[in-house]
Amino acid sequence: MFTRVLNWFDERFPITDTWERHLSKYPAPIGQNFWYLAGVLLIVVLIIQLVSGIWLLMNYVPTEEGAFASIQYIMRDVEYGWIIRYMHTTGSSMFFLLIYLHMFRGLLYGSYQKPRELLWVLGWLTYFILVVEGFTGYVLPWGQMSFWAAQVIFSLIGAIPIFGEDLLIWIRGDYLISGITLGRLFAFHVVLLPLALIAVVFIHVIALHEVGSNNPEGIDIKKITDEHGVPLDSVPFFPYDVVKDLFAIGIFLIVFCFIIFFFPDGGGYLIEYINYEPANNLKTPEHIVPAWYYTPFYAMLRAITFPIGPLTAKFLGFIIFGAAILIIAIVPWLDKSPVKSIRYKGIYSKLALGGLVVSFFVLGYLGMVPPNPLRTLLAQIFTTIYFIYFLFMPIYTKYEKCKPVPERIVV
Amino acid sequence: MKPVLIIILFSISTFLVSEEACGNYLSEEGEKGFCEHVDIDASDKSSLQRGLKLYMNYCFGCHSLKYARYNRVASDLEIPEDLFQKNLLFGDQKMGDLMTIGMEISDAKEWFGVTPPDLTLESSLKGANWLYTYLISFYIDESRPLGVNNKVYENVGMPHVLADMQGDQYSVCKQVPETALNGGLKQDPVSGKVITQEKCGFLETKEGSGKLTSEQFKTDMKDLTNFLAYMSDPIKEEREYIGKFVILYLLIFSILSYLLYREFKKDLH
Repeated sequence: MFTRVLNWFDERFPITDTWERHLSKYPAPIGQNFWYLAGVLLIVVLIIQLVSGIWLLMNYVPTEEGAFASIQYIMRDVEYGWIIRYMHTTGSSMFFLLIYLHMFRGLLYGSYQKPRELLWVLGWLTYFILVVEGFTGYVLPWGQMSFWAAQVIFSLIGAIPIFGEDLLIWIRGDYLISGITLGRLFAFHVVLLPLALIAVVFIHVIALHEVGSNNPEGIDIKKITDEHGVPLDSVPFFPYDVVKDLFAIGIFLIVFCFIIFFFPDGGGYLIEYINYEPANNLKTPEHIVPAWYYTPFYAMLRAITFPIGPLTAKFLGFIIFGAAILIIAIVPWLDKSPVKSIRYKGIYSKLALGGLVVSFFVLGYLGMVPPNPLRTLLAQIFTTIYFIYFLFMPIYTKYEKCKPVPERIVV
Repeated sequence: MKPVLIIILFSISTFLVSEEACGNYLSEEGEKGFCEHVDIDASDKSSLQRGLKLYMNYCFGCHSLKYARYNRVASDLEIPEDLFQKNLLFGDQKMGDLMTIGMEISDAKEWFGVTPPDLTLESSLKGANWLYTYLISFYIDESRPLGVNNKVYENVGMPHVLADMQGDQYSVCKQVPETALNGGLKQDPVSGKVITQEKCGFLETKEGSGKLTSEQFKTDMKDLTNFLAYMSDPIKEEREYIGKFVILYLLIFSILSYLLYREFKKDLH
């Protein structure tokens, strides 16, 4: 009976084929470690965000007068509305935490190298969409920090020479951040960007399954296969990797639910305290900080304190801010190393990657605290270290001494 | 990978530390700017009830709680609805209404120079310790239009509505022992006496000038703070109750999925 039903479908849609291609016969390399869990957890968080987002949407009011109160309505009057909202606020921070781990894994093991360049660029695109999605979502609660963070970020557009001011008013839809802007950000946040995110993530996974997963050794497992063409250093994704992922999801959900139930505002880093006050365009907060996941880039933005020729410091900061995000996309073409994994790369690669990690954390901290001359100097130094990793990559990866890569993965 | 993990954990731990700065407030030990600590206990219903009573009598005239509803407060604080309705509802308000107030914003601006803020979320915004310290730090300052000032919130526009309870509080100077370089008390090398210096800004209440003793007043303010903390996060108690079961379930799930993983792993060797 089951076979007959399956055959009926198979003649009309490649069900068995899809199952085998993506799950039961997809070769997952052995020896994948902790860093390889971020991907599946990102899918979990994406689903959490989509589902909780839909439920929030049922009661959220995207107007200047109604937005703030509607969030409190969800928190107080909607049955279990608080769980849904905390899932969404915690989910957004987790999304960024995991995507940073996922990206770092890519850099660590050279997962962007041939033939995975397109895979990397698609991944970068999801990150880019997520940055915009996060920003638009941050404004929706219409608290003080929502309003003023939007004010700061939008004002960057105004720093573009010549037509910046006009462009700003056109995009913002008003002479200041207002209900008009809120409506626009809302439409982007709940329709356009999630659609784009789902589409790009889907293509990202298809692209991954075309080229196959990398591993911490950076060994191409497809070189050595058995008589059926199955790589020897691999296991079928289903069930072996699926049960591993299931365990990882369990551990992740423990952390996730611990935050939701016992620590929902995360000490002011998941939900900022200032955002408990409704937006007020006449009252500027003492210091405006973006959400933690943007602070490294915000620190870079503020690090540029000097104009060059006709270009203002603010515009140059905007350029650096944009460049810091964009440059990640072209890493596959910057890396000239013959080996993939950091385990076989030379000392310069290790130093540069270490510098990147340290600068990311230091800048992340500097972006949270009010600037002073010393902090600005530090931000300038670490912005330079951040860019050294990328800009000098073609040089240090080409001229350093790498270790030989073995043929097989030893676990 | 260990150094990376340590850096990550360290960074997360620094995230979790947050300060509530309390302006010019001086603690009894003479430390400036630190808020007094107050224990928040959402399960202490009688404290919450006393806090609600104080709020309705002294604060609610100017400060709305416009995101909360009467009936929710009544049920959370275990107050019978008919009792609540008889004693705490004004005018034609109904139990299902939001706790708004009748004062016009334009009137408020004229009287105080600012609009008294809604306090539903004040405890999340400022922190419970800040609120408590603010409530006990009003002092007499004739230079201000309303004759009072506040240590935590300098030049605040709010009158000291609780003055009849607390009595007259003044900002005074005291002789305090000086601290030596080694952290101990500085002593005169000849006489061995402790060297003191004058420090100003301590708060002192004139005993007997208010209806309550200083200790009673502080207990009342703790109740009021406790109530406002509840107001900001009314679901806290239930949330933490449900949370324990959720975590327990997930622990069992994780253990079972680990055993499953281990079982499948055996195939591979």
